[in-house]
Amino acid sequence: MTFKHTGSGTVYLVGAGGATQRMNLFRFTTSLTALLLVAGSALAQPLPERQQALRHLLLHDCGSCHGLSLRGGLGPPLRPEDLEGKSANFLAVVIYQGRPGTAMPPWHPFLSEAEARWLADLIKEGIR
Amino acid sequence: MKRSLLLVTAALLCSATLPAADQLRATGDLGVVVERADGSLLLIETSNNRSLERIEGLGDLSHATAVFSRDQRYAYLFGRDGGLTRIDLLTAQITHRVMQAGNSIGGAISQDGRLVAVSNYEPGGVRIFDAESLELVADLPADYGAATPSKVVGLVDAPGNRLVFSLWDGGEIWIADLSGDPKKPKITKFKGIGKNPYDALITPDGRYYIAGLFGEDGLALLDLWQPQLGVRRILPDYGRGEQALPVYKMPHLEGWAIAGEYAFIPAVGHHQVLVVNTRDWSEAGRIEVAGQPVFVIASPDGRRVWVNFAFPDNDQIAILDTLTQQQVATLKPGKGVLHIEFEPRGEEVWVSVRDEDQLQVYDTATLERRATLPALKPSGIFLTARAHRIGL
Repeated sequence: MTFKHTGSGTVYLVGAGGATQRMNLFRFTTSLTALLLVAGSALAQPLPERQQALRHLLLHDCGSCHGLSLRGGLGPPLRPEDLEGKSANFLAVVIYQGRPGTAMPPWHPFLSEAEARWLADLIKEGIR
Repeated sequence: MKRSLLLVTAALLCSATLPAADQLRATGDLGVVVERADGSLLLIETSNNRSLERIEGLGDLSHATAVFSRDQRYAYLFGRDGGLTRIDLLTAQITHRVMQAGNSIGGAISQDGRLVAVSNYEPGGVRIFDAESLELVADLPADYGAATPSKVVGLVDAPGNRLVFSLWDGGEIWIADLSGDPKKPKITKFKGIGKNPYDALITPDGRYYIAGLFGEDGLALLDLWQPQLGVRRILPDYGRGEQALPVYKMPHLEGWAIAGEYAFIPAVGHHQVLVVNTRDWSEAGRIEVAGQPVFVIASPDGRRVWVNFAFPDNDQIAILDTLTQQQVATLKPGKGVLHIEFEPRGEEVWVSVRDEDQLQVYDTATLERRATLPALKPSGIFLTARAHRIGL
């Protein structure tokens, strides 16, 4: 089972039998979370060089809304204490797909699912 | 004999009270550049395209901005972490520094130069300080009926010793009139102006305040000469029926690009610069560009408009001709072009290039690079000429 993004907040879930369902991202966050949970644990860590690039992206590009030290800006703060109660899987979905109806854009054109999950783990742990 | 002694005495007296002529300097060709990752400020000089000093220890400077005292001697720096710092450009020293909030976005200096205001995200609102001492004069929480006050954006100074700002969460525009007792500003609120105003600008004459909306199409316009007419929506249709593209960095509306009767502003969620007829605020055109515009800034003569872009197109600058409304050149300064600041008469322009750790200075006529200066992850560039311009 996998999911495809369309860039508009709609997610196509492709079932094992090949059936495709059109779903609203937020109504079905739970099922997506489950998907990423399975995917996340099996995904490899980004290579060190790529990790460096992702950290740079986090600080400077995520930072343009969430603040350079992730204390928040127009976007919410992303320090570990701000993210209590939000799983890394959930955060990975938000990073990857964005949040339709808010200013949070999808980052999938620039990241793999594994990299979104790696970033989610990083902000859960704290960047410093 | 007596006379020459007098001369010597006079010379001695002079040297004791005034520095030698070659030590005097003015500040009209100075500026500051925010080095956001290191919490430092680089003092620059545009006459010789050089940097003079680095001022350190300024905290979290992501999205930091600066305004200047009317004598152009002091810079007021607004840090993301709520730090408000007054810096003497002649000595390159911090004279005053206060942590006035938890999270801030920008500031303004009043028309009379006596008050400095900061717009805050946390706690949401505007705080006003004495420009000499940085003592708190007034606190204006941006209450709009929700449990927590709204984040405040688009704070500008306006004629009449007024401040104007917008409420991101509240969808309101407020005017704070400081012409009476600045401890008790008179507030006028305009509600329901649109969803999520993300930034705003004031026209160079101080008449129109325009807030960009992230949450819906169009912009909110307030005529400060006739505030009783209320806020009206302009360009209500510019994004309608088109799929909005993701926005990886919010555009800025500071730096009103105006040429003749046309204004140039960044579209949100569209890779376009919008052209607006300022006579009736109707749409006069759209210029297709490479990415999501962030800054759209006219040269001081209004002949060309320089545009930088959000990630992932932030390695380039588009130069638009305002007569033909066409892109005439593309510059590729390097990754992370964050800001563009023209010298006051426009013969040169400064560009900050974050990922190259460089400031680049271009000749605006030939587009040749005239200077490259090292800087640490530079972002905003602010020249002291801003001291004498409404809204900057």
